[in-house]
Amino acid sequence: MTLRGKLKVAIIGSGNIGTDLLIKIMRSEHMICTLFAGRNFNSAGMKRANLLGVTISDRGIEAIVNDPAICDLVFDCTSAHAHIEHWAILEKLGKYVIDMTPAKLGVFCIPAINAAECLNGGIRNINMITCGGQSSIPIANAIAQVHNNIEYIEVASSIASRSAGPATRHNLDEYIETTQDALQNFSNARRTKAILILNPANPPIDMQTTIYAKIANPDLPAIHSAVMAMVEKLKAYVPGYKLIVPPTIEGDKVITTIKVLGAGDYLPQYAGNLDIINCAAIAMAELIATSNLTSEA
Amino acid sequence: MTKKILISDPTLRDGNHAVRHQLSRESFIAYCRAAEAAGVPIVEVGHGNGLGASSMLVGECSLTDDEILSLSRANLINSKLGIHVIPGFCTIKNDLVKAIEAGVDVFRVASHCTEADITDRHIGYIRQAGKQAFGVLMMSHMTSPAILLEESKKMESYGAEAIIIMDSAGAYFPEDVTERISTLVDGLNIPVGFHGHNNLGMAIINSVNAVNAGATIIDGTIRGFGAGAGNTQLEVLVAVFERLGFETGINLYKILDAADIAEKEFNPVAPHVSPLSIVSGLAGVFSGFSKPVGRAAQDYHVDPRDIFFELGKRNAVAGQESLIIEVARELAALNSVKDS
Repeated sequence: MTLRGKLKVAIIGSGNIGTDLLIKIMRSEHMICTLFAGRNFNSAGMKRANLLGVTISDRGIEAIVNDPAICDLVFDCTSAHAHIEHWAILEKLGKYVIDMTPAKLGVFCIPAINAAECLNGGIRNINMITCGGQSSIPIANAIAQVHNNIEYIEVASSIASRSAGPATRHNLDEYIETTQDALQNFSNARRTKAILILNPANPPIDMQTTIYAKIANPDLPAIHSAVMAMVEKLKAYVPGYKLIVPPTIEGDKVITTIKVLGAGDYLPQYAGNLDIINCAAIAMAELIATSNLTSEA
Repeated sequence: MTKKILISDPTLRDGNHAVRHQLSRESFIAYCRAAEAAGVPIVEVGHGNGLGASSMLVGECSLTDDEILSLSRANLINSKLGIHVIPGFCTIKNDLVKAIEAGVDVFRVASHCTEADITDRHIGYIRQAGKQAFGVLMMSHMTSPAILLEESKKMESYGAEAIIIMDSAGAYFPEDVTERISTLVDGLNIPVGFHGHNNLGMAIINSVNAVNAGATIIDGTIRGFGAGAGNTQLEVLVAVFERLGFETGINLYKILDAADIAEKEFNPVAPHVSPLSIVSGLAGVFSGFSKPVGRAAQDYHVDPRDIFFELGKRNAVAGQESLIIEVARELAALNSVKDS
């Protein structure tokens, strides 16, 4: 059996996230994609998956319902709304789910912060928050290690318009709410705010995130070293993660800016937003694959 | 036949850019009353970037959205209360629900010129609530007339009852406006509007051209109070339209009175075409960047004009204020290399 030892994964949702994830999974030693399910055989993602020789289906979640043994783990790359229904089905089927939508039904996961916790206690639904969350929350968390009484944290991400597919665009409100909640969760800040800017510029801009923290008497050297340590952790699974404005005091706030360059797998390098959330999801799936958590399945 | 033009007045919204979003309660009250007295049809209020936008990124507002809406509502009777929202800053739950409860009449849902599909759910929600929704395309100089039409049609399909294109950088020349407005008027079944900025001194003539090309909604602010070089100056617009025989329903003497009131209220100074805002217009960069660019130039000892042109090269759009510091840092680093 060629599948022996490899975690069988399915991807539902054939948009930018799902397709980029597929290309990354093809490189994994620990996973094999056994199903790529969308709604339309003519979509760019489906055609790409077909070219890559992956089993494809235009029946979405039904493809798993009809053949539950096809996978152990499902990446849901559809939309926040659709995930609610998908989780109800996948939970009954006993599947591991890594939710790429901002539905926030599962446990919030930032691999650099709480990977181990997400694998404990029989958790089966891991929520990858949002792309902006994956890039900004580690920095907020690093600052919170130095100051546990942050008054306000705000994160603003700008992404290239071309990297945001229809579900992302339709889920802007969920993006904001989920990023804010997770930011609160990992920083303990009294107030949080998330902003997403879609930039139409051509050539497209690289993904960039700025983190603003309002702190009384910030200890800049300590913040700096906590942030640098966190950036190293991120780089271990997101190679294009880069600190471009180190923590800097401006007025009553500490400002930090991150740029995320993509690997250029499905969309060109500017789409760091796809890479950061997909690299984070793959880091989690590989942990699951290598820790035999699905052996009973 | 006289042309009837609907004037929408964002003095108390775009003007907030000119004072770093610090407009006072007294200013809101005084100007709402003055606009009401002059018969201004729509008075738009809020943070410069709309409801839900008060933030470190684009500036924190001294008043909350709730305070602004209740103050303004209490002082407008015949004039409609309008707001501006940009999905990505605002959400339905946080902002639109509240605004509907607060009695807002006109909701202007905005996106960058090529991003209309992010307004789908917000426009739909407003229409379902029985309120008036206009679609707004910002930084409209960054794309072609054909794409503007395509994006406007999307907004129309979501339920927008009018489309307004914004010259956010004050970069248009009159013929640019004619070309775009006539494309939209020919291709849409809903009214079309124009929102000007005065960086290159073109705001009035651009608005006149917009009307001649078929626009029926024009934005103007008192004393031009608005981002960067300011908006189309409302009292001039009313006077010019009166001379041209365009009917606005606004009382000329009363709007001139409002301009006097505004001069006292909106201290320190109403915007004017400053050297820096000319550069912003030439660079095609959002007018609202002028204050943060000025600050960054001081902090990093670089020429603010260089910052603007560099932002233009990078196609910066509103909401990317964080890029200003990055650019200023890079220019400062370049300068120190040259000096050494």
